[in-house]
Amino acid sequence: MSEQHAALTSSEYIKHHLTNLTYGNLPGEGWKFAENAQEAKAMGFQAINLDSMAWSIVLGLVFCFIFRMIAVRASVGVPSKLQAAIELVVEFVADSVRDSFHHAPKLVAPLALTIFVWIFLMNFMDLIPVDFLPVAAQWVGVHFFGANPHEVFFKVVPTTDPNVTMGMSLSVFALIIIFSIKEKGVGGFAAELSLQPFSSANPIVKLLLMPINLVLELVVFIARPISLALRLFGNMYAGELIFILIALLPFGLQWVLSVPWAIFHILIITLQAFIFMMLTIVYLSMASEKH
Amino acid sequence: MENMIGLTAIAGAMLLSFGALGAAIGIGILGGRFLEGIARQPELAPQLQTKFFVIMGLVDAVPMIAVGLGMFIIFSNPFIDQAKENAAPVAVVQPVVAP
Repeated sequence: MSEQHAALTSSEYIKHHLTNLTYGNLPGEGWKFAENAQEAKAMGFQAINLDSMAWSIVLGLVFCFIFRMIAVRASVGVPSKLQAAIELVVEFVADSVRDSFHHAPKLVAPLALTIFVWIFLMNFMDLIPVDFLPVAAQWVGVHFFGANPHEVFFKVVPTTDPNVTMGMSLSVFALIIIFSIKEKGVGGFAAELSLQPFSSANPIVKLLLMPINLVLELVVFIARPISLALRLFGNMYAGELIFILIALLPFGLQWVLSVPWAIFHILIITLQAFIFMMLTIVYLSMASEKH
Repeated sequence: MENMIGLTAIAGAMLLSFGALGAAIGIGILGGRFLEGIARQPELAPQLQTKFFVIMGLVDAVPMIAVGLGMFIIFSNPFIDQAKENAAPVAVVQPVVAP
């Protein structure tokens, strides 16, 4: 009981804010919430980070709900401010798709819009002050579930969870493969990976060059989704960590640092969402081009 | 164990600093070319700006990954648990209770 009232040290505070709410099967104890990072690691692959899942799903639903509400009630006359803002975003995404991907399939522009707005909303959660939502979650956990307050973890920014960013980039990776095979066929896709960049007319030399080509092309091919995921993750994790470090400063000093950092972070979250969207469009357009 | 903590700090600092060095030089060169391009053809400024941000995202990617990794090992070092498991167990002194 005394742990509940003991104050956290700085590094415990940081660790507390960097831990996800993990629910999984701890070998030896069954299905439960992880009490610390070691237990979360021991739970293995099938453990789920409930806070990231919940926030990413809720924000996705918010995006769908708001955009659908505006689309259904769109007026050709004088638009409302929200409609004008959403039209701005949709036009921006449509222009980006049109400029980078000529004759794009119908899937690409809504995919780009989803990626842009969803990632922007998830990143935006980082601008909410560090302790607001976790303390509320702790209150709910203690009063309604009888949990130990030091074990109620709540990370509200899903994109700081590498699982979320990796999930999104693996979906884009699957789409790249699907688009490539649809445009070039399985043989063409394999040829693109094994007959470039070193090619020759002689079939025996072609066979000998295939391993080298495969290694080079596969490195580039696999680097794309990994860099897509980790770029977003690294930016957001570092940003969140700096907010947490600023939160450790004495109250009077916090405003000096947090205001400029938050303003800079507004640029970063928009930029990272934009970069993810643009790279998705560019990779899909590269996958769909025939020689 | 003490070496591990010190080395982790140095490793984190090196990750951050080399990433910053590479990113700064790369984006500096990119920005210079961008400004030259605008100076030559001002009407292309919006198109060039879009491409500038895309390429900046690519140049910044690996340094950002390094920043993320550096922060991670500084604040929740994954090697410390392994080091604790491998370290020899220290004798625990039981307090002597007067009968």
